[in-house]
Amino acid sequence: MGNRIHQRLKENKKVLSIYFTAGFPQLEDTTTILKKLTESGVDMIEIGLPFSDPLADGPTIQASSTQALKNGMTTDRLFEQLRNIRETVQIPLLIMGYFNPIFQYGVEAFCNKCRKIGIDGLIIPDLPVDVYQENYKSIFEDCGLSNVLLITPQTSEERIRYIDSVSDGFIYMVSSASTTGAQNGFGDEQTSYFERISEMKLNNPQIVGFGISNNETFKQATQFSHGAIIGSAFINHLNEDGIDRIDGFIKSLRP
Amino acid sequence: MSNHINDKGYYGEFGGAFIPEMLYQNVEELRQNYLKVMADDSFKRDFNKLLKDYVGRPSPLYFAKRLSEKYNTKIYLKREDLNHTGAHKINNTIGQILMAKHLGKSRIIAETGAGQHGVATATVCALTGLECIVYMGEVDIARQAPNVARMKMLGAEVRPALSGSRTLKDATNEAIRDWINNPTNTHYIIGSVVGPHPYPDMVARFQSVISEEIKWQLKEQEDTDTPDYLIACVGGGSNAAGAYFHYLDDNEVNLIAVEAAGLGIYSGESAATSALGEVGIIHGSKTLLMQSKDGQITEPYSISAGLDYPGVGPLHAHLYTSGRAEFISITDDEAMKAGLELCQLEGIIPAIETAHALAVFKQKDFKPTDICVVSLSGRGDKDLETYINYFKTDNGK
Repeated sequence: MGNRIHQRLKENKKVLSIYFTAGFPQLEDTTTILKKLTESGVDMIEIGLPFSDPLADGPTIQASSTQALKNGMTTDRLFEQLRNIRETVQIPLLIMGYFNPIFQYGVEAFCNKCRKIGIDGLIIPDLPVDVYQENYKSIFEDCGLSNVLLITPQTSEERIRYIDSVSDGFIYMVSSASTTGAQNGFGDEQTSYFERISEMKLNNPQIVGFGISNNETFKQATQFSHGAIIGSAFINHLNEDGIDRIDGFIKSLRP
Repeated sequence: MSNHINDKGYYGEFGGAFIPEMLYQNVEELRQNYLKVMADDSFKRDFNKLLKDYVGRPSPLYFAKRLSEKYNTKIYLKREDLNHTGAHKINNTIGQILMAKHLGKSRIIAETGAGQHGVATATVCALTGLECIVYMGEVDIARQAPNVARMKMLGAEVRPALSGSRTLKDATNEAIRDWINNPTNTHYIIGSVVGPHPYPDMVARFQSVISEEIKWQLKEQEDTDTPDYLIACVGGGSNAAGAYFHYLDDNEVNLIAVEAAGLGIYSGESAATSALGEVGIIHGSKTLLMQSKDGQITEPYSISAGLDYPGVGPLHAHLYTSGRAEFISITDDEAMKAGLELCQLEGIIPAIETAHALAVFKQKDFKPTDICVVSLSGRGDKDLETYINYFKTDNGK
């Protein structure tokens, strides 16, 4: 196995990954945002497939999802927008979405579509690891897709080992017991959690998400991990500045 | 094959725990402990004592003579409306508050639509001295002011759900988000047989006291503990689950589940999940739910806030697809007329949810010898304004 995620994580560099909601702020912004993010030097992108009831998300991503759906975003529309994306964007691309829309599309059909487009992985927060392993793992593997699973500060060591054994690509390390959303900084508790996981020497690299919003939190999050994901802070940036100043925002995260 | 939950947390293909990893620890703690705690002697003693002395159980099984004469069959009403706080909801909240105490939790969260489950939760929190936060859609807060006031009097904090359609579905989302953000000290008291395993089974077991009582009460009056029909309304489905529980595998008993058709099943303003729903995932459970072909959850409609939910518990999804239960949809108009009829024939003002179940007698013929037990899930005090407004207009003619 070796998709773009594996290649990128082999490089000895802290990964900066950006999440954005497809179809927000405008329905047809998806490919423009992808290109601008790539040009500004991000290492990986998670494209959010909007859902009506995003349980794990805080107010910022909820609002962007509601707006994207109002704008007319659908699963088919997203795949249509992404059809030729590999002609211009070469960094790893993942789709992050809740399970119900993927289940309605048909998991196999969805994965095949991702393979054709050149999507490298999926993050489905409400698809439990045991259901994935029993029903869908072989489909993901046939399509060359990494399934990225989450761990949290409450996840037991035994379960982290289990998740590591089923994971492929990287492990999404949720920074604290919370829904998504920007925070001002990480405390000792979180730093020691990052360190504890790092010392477990897992097979898969870890990328930290939730609560990262600026250069300081990016540095804190990546001290003991392989990278960090920024979502709500980027959505906030789009809310305030639109899609014209993406480069400046990204440069401020990693000067 | 049993219609009860299997050891993996499924009813047939429905159920499971489709939750983000952030909730895993909480749900797993509950899953590992709920049966053990419920089997514990001190738990059983406390639970039964509160049901008797505080809730007022057993609730009567009342033979409705005039209603029976009108429909030429034997109709019994299981009077959950006479429980403290006015509905079956409190059977579950009593059970769950004791569960929370056994698990050492100090903070309680709940969701509510019309406010009945919120009131039942605020009540048991006051009873036990636990902190109580109830999430309620902003729209529901505006249209259910008396229940909001009751919850506040009982010491609960009512937090508005401001996302989505600002109704029950969104209040549930907010409660789940709260639980994600408070992973150690908080217990989430779900109000129906919905949500991730073990909630549907745990809530059904707490509500199963309804069918346990029906068995011996019917035996006293009819010399059989087996009715021909058990009839209950279904939103999420907790009163129906409780009324069916001890009869689920007794195929001689016909189960009738009544859903809200709103303005008509195919009117676009309906909550008839079995007819309109497809298999999917809602609030951590694989079940039937109303959704777009793209898998976005759609907004239901019913005049009754308690049936205004886009999904149905996984047990009921299983009973529907396996054919074990017959599902009937009742419109707003049919329900309101049936509610008024019960007032005038029996002197009982039913909740509008319950009125849907009563409307079945106009839809379906029963034999004179049939014993039909209706779960009278709640009283109509909370619905007076809706009743009054409805019968003021032409609809009520």
